[in-house]
Amino acid sequence: MTAPPVAELEEAVVLTGGFPVLAGVTLRLEPATLTVIVGANGAGKTSLLRLLGGLDPLSRGRGVVAGVDLAHGDRRVLRRRVGWLGHEGSFYDDLSVEENLHFACRALNRPFTDVAPALARVGLAERSRTTTRRLSAGQRRRLALAWLLVRRPEIWLLDEPYASLDDAGRALLDELLVDVVAAGATVVASAHDPLRTTQTRRTLTLAGGRVVAAS
Amino acid sequence: MIATARLVAGKDLRIEWRSRVLLWQVVPFGVMALVLSGLALGPTRAGHSSAGPGLFYLVVLLVTLLAINRSQAIERTPGTRASVATLGLDPGGVFLGKALALAVELWVIGAVLLAGTVLFLHTALSGSLEAVPSLVLTLAALAAAGTLYGALTGEGAAPTTLLPVLALPGFAPLLIAGERSFSAALAGGSPWEWWVITLVALVAYLAVGVLLYGVLEES
Repeated sequence: MTAPPVAELEEAVVLTGGFPVLAGVTLRLEPATLTVIVGANGAGKTSLLRLLGGLDPLSRGRGVVAGVDLAHGDRRVLRRRVGWLGHEGSFYDDLSVEENLHFACRALNRPFTDVAPALARVGLAERSRTTTRRLSAGQRRRLALAWLLVRRPEIWLLDEPYASLDDAGRALLDELLVDVVAAGATVVASAHDPLRTTQTRRTLTLAGGRVVAAS
Repeated sequence: MIATARLVAGKDLRIEWRSRVLLWQVVPFGVMALVLSGLALGPTRAGHSSAGPGLFYLVVLLVTLLAINRSQAIERTPGTRASVATLGLDPGGVFLGKALALAVELWVIGAVLLAGTVLFLHTALSGSLEAVPSLVLTLAALAAAGTLYGALTGEGAAPTTLLPVLALPGFAPLLIAGERSFSAALAGGSPWEWWVITLVALVAYLAVGVLLYGVLEES
């Protein structure tokens, strides 16, 4: 029996201030897959990720993600099941690295014991007590990855995941993607540059808020 | 909801403790405003004027607006909003937590300003101390109302300037009740009726906040 899709969009439209940032996207995401969204600036990559994460409302069309109807369902239920890696700062700058992750653990009823392994995995174990404001852009990116490791979401939504990462960081991200997909998570990543991971993946090309090519 | 409120309040207070923005920026501003108010009254009139409670609450209004903006700014970074949204926190709990943290901050600032009122506006010490319970209640109501108005204006193009315009009509009854209560305490009168007004407003703002905070966040 085939597993149901993790996400299914049909002619999905998202309006921002009356402007269609997504202008009729149709797609289907299977579980435990890696999908890469490519496209020029303003093509709608971030908007698509935000829609899939329940962060922005669906204006028209139909969409179901992780069993939640984007038009009529409770998007908060969906949000608890996704992990978000944006290209802006994602944390409370005046809290330490460890305190930010403890906040996530307490919010999700996860044990604090998950924090140390996640920090070790992303190479931030030595900086656990550092205030987030003092981290470099690349280290903040690593902290965002640790946050996702602690969260262990079903769906990983990564907006320009390689941004600010050095070669070692990019290699780390590639390893993580292989591991999480192997563990059954679904990953959707937007990228300007092709992802370096050798993971089997699908690529969607966006232009003008629509999917113009899929491979 | 209570667990979320404790989590959010603890986080906000920890951030404030670390950044010391209220301590080194808002409190000195409030004290300077009180000093200027005392200078405006003049040294001979200050102790005998009935303007002390009104000036005190005028300064409280200014520092409250700054504190609300600070409380909302913590959550305003787009990336932080998205990351925290994926935690699926109960919005009623988030409202209660942010209101509680803001109330604690305002109580600390209020204590400093009350001492400043005795020093610079020469209000009677005993009457000022009798005004403490009404001040605690008024600041709690301002915190609840302010958290609600802060969320309402947070997504606007210019939240820091929009907040005073929207919040003032809502704050006015609280400030008047607080000022009347303080004046009654200084005159040896009974402040009970003003306390009731403030208490009713506090309960109403808490109820509306718990019910509507999620809607405001989504919009």
